[in-house]
Amino acid sequence: MLKIEHLTKRFGGLAAVNDVSTTIEAGKINAIIGPNGAGKTTFFNLISGVHRPTSGTITLEGQDVTSLRTDQVAHLGVARTFQTTALFDMASVLDNLIVGHRLRTKSGLLDVLRGSSLLREEERICREKARDALNFVGLSHLENRMAGDISQEERKRVAFALALATGPRLLLLDEPAGGVNPDETQGLADLIRKMVQSGLTVCLIEHKMNMIMSLADKILVLSYGEKIAEGTPAEIQANPAVIDAYLGSEHADA
Amino acid sequence: MAYLEGKLGWALLLAAGLLFPLFTGNDYHLTVMGTAYIFAIATIGLNLITGYTGQFNLAHAGFMAVGAYTVGILTVDHGWSFWGAFALSGVVTAFLGYFIGILSLRLKGHYFSIFTLCVGYIMFLVIEKWEGLTHGTVGIMGIPAPEPIGAIRFDTPLALYYLVFFWLVVGLWAMRRIVNSLLGRTFMAIRNSDELAESLGINLMRNKTLAFMLSVFYAGMSGGLYAGYVRFIGPGVAGVEHTFDMTMYMLIGGLGTLLGPLLGALAMPWLTQYLQFLQEYRFLVFGPILVLLVIFVPHGIVGTYLGWRARRAAQGGQHAQD
Repeated sequence: MLKIEHLTKRFGGLAAVNDVSTTIEAGKINAIIGPNGAGKTTFFNLISGVHRPTSGTITLEGQDVTSLRTDQVAHLGVARTFQTTALFDMASVLDNLIVGHRLRTKSGLLDVLRGSSLLREEERICREKARDALNFVGLSHLENRMAGDISQEERKRVAFALALATGPRLLLLDEPAGGVNPDETQGLADLIRKMVQSGLTVCLIEHKMNMIMSLADKILVLSYGEKIAEGTPAEIQANPAVIDAYLGSEHADA
Repeated sequence: MAYLEGKLGWALLLAAGLLFPLFTGNDYHLTVMGTAYIFAIATIGLNLITGYTGQFNLAHAGFMAVGAYTVGILTVDHGWSFWGAFALSGVVTAFLGYFIGILSLRLKGHYFSIFTLCVGYIMFLVIEKWEGLTHGTVGIMGIPAPEPIGAIRFDTPLALYYLVFFWLVVGLWAMRRIVNSLLGRTFMAIRNSDELAESLGINLMRNKTLAFMLSVFYAGMSGGLYAGYVRFIGPGVAGVEHTFDMTMYMLIGGLGTLLGPLLGALAMPWLTQYLQFLQEYRFLVFGPILVLLVIFVPHGIVGTYLGWRARRAAQGGQHAQD
């Protein structure tokens, strides 16, 4: 799905991501883990076009996307969620989601002023996509609730729904289970599995090891911006370099 | 209350505006109201970039002055008719807004506000100093009244009142279309979080520039009307205190609501009228009112009402399911 070659990003003298090569495999749950400050979010920002890499290339299904802007990458089918979910609290959940499908619509100012049939049709489609996405994440009953009145876990699900409404192929989830309790984490993990079953590719950053080890098909481990390991959960758990990075070198031999 | 927000509500509002002259015997009240309408048009425009798109523009009065001077210069110095000049006032302003927009909108948050504050002041200075074009501090006098259209003449306060009322209705109607559409939702997504909006595939620069141009188009048109209404303009039109007035109208009525800026822009001038006996000290009344409003009613009058209603609707929906 996504091929990353020798990706490097320097902020001044600091290499936040240093010569990382990997692939994000289609139809799988790809996880990125690493200690705080390992460059995980920077890695996401590079893929989604927020930052331009200092060097290296990113290829999405054969198309070079290295120097595209975030909105252009989104048009190609890469959606993402953020660690904190910015919703407009004064509007309903559904209202928050309608804009999600805007990128697949064409109507501009003239359509708006004329009230053209294209605009009406596109608004209907956007509303439909928003409802579908809300239904997918299991929150149809919250459609009319104010976004400011829903729980943290429901906010996470709405963020997923917003990303889904864009019609993505690849979904980047930045700490999807951050700040939710263990039961809810399980529910979100089930939802992520459901996304992959529906044909999406998922790449996620997460700190909750139990969740990652049971959920991911493939794990990439970053430390100080460098790739130190890559493989299945079982391989990663047995990898001395990973144990070293997480627990300190004195544990590596144990 | 729902019936008040549908077609009936708008019809009542329209009727109130149309019938207002019948209930006031004197021309002075008509002029106060007409001026309030002109500033309401500009405030409705300002609300698009500041309230809906979240970019706090502090150069708005400068753009209003561009529209006013377009009319003043073209009619007085070049012999244009008011209507021809008025038709250009919004266009010229939006054209200038494009270039200022693509420069200033590269900045975010407070930096954008500080930059536009400076832009507004530069516009004021250019108008004040460029005597060859703008007549400097003397201002432009003797701007012609709008020429008659058929049998309708615009030489009485009553006719001028209806003229600005007409454009207020048109402006509000267009703004209603914009903010309730996908385009409006796009702007609101940018206000909400620009990084999230961008990740949803929204081209930030293009949409922010469009919102900015539309916003200053309103300012330019309102400036053009102001020139034809007051028939004298000076550099003071571009004064930053006008921007702050309009910002206050928006805050009181409700930032990012359709009717908030209108409510604020109509209510405040009347309050000012009633507090006239306090002269400059009336700001001792306004200041604390504004502070209290921002603390306790941060979404403004209309915004608070809409929030209350949405919450009620959500609870009502739940009861229906229980």
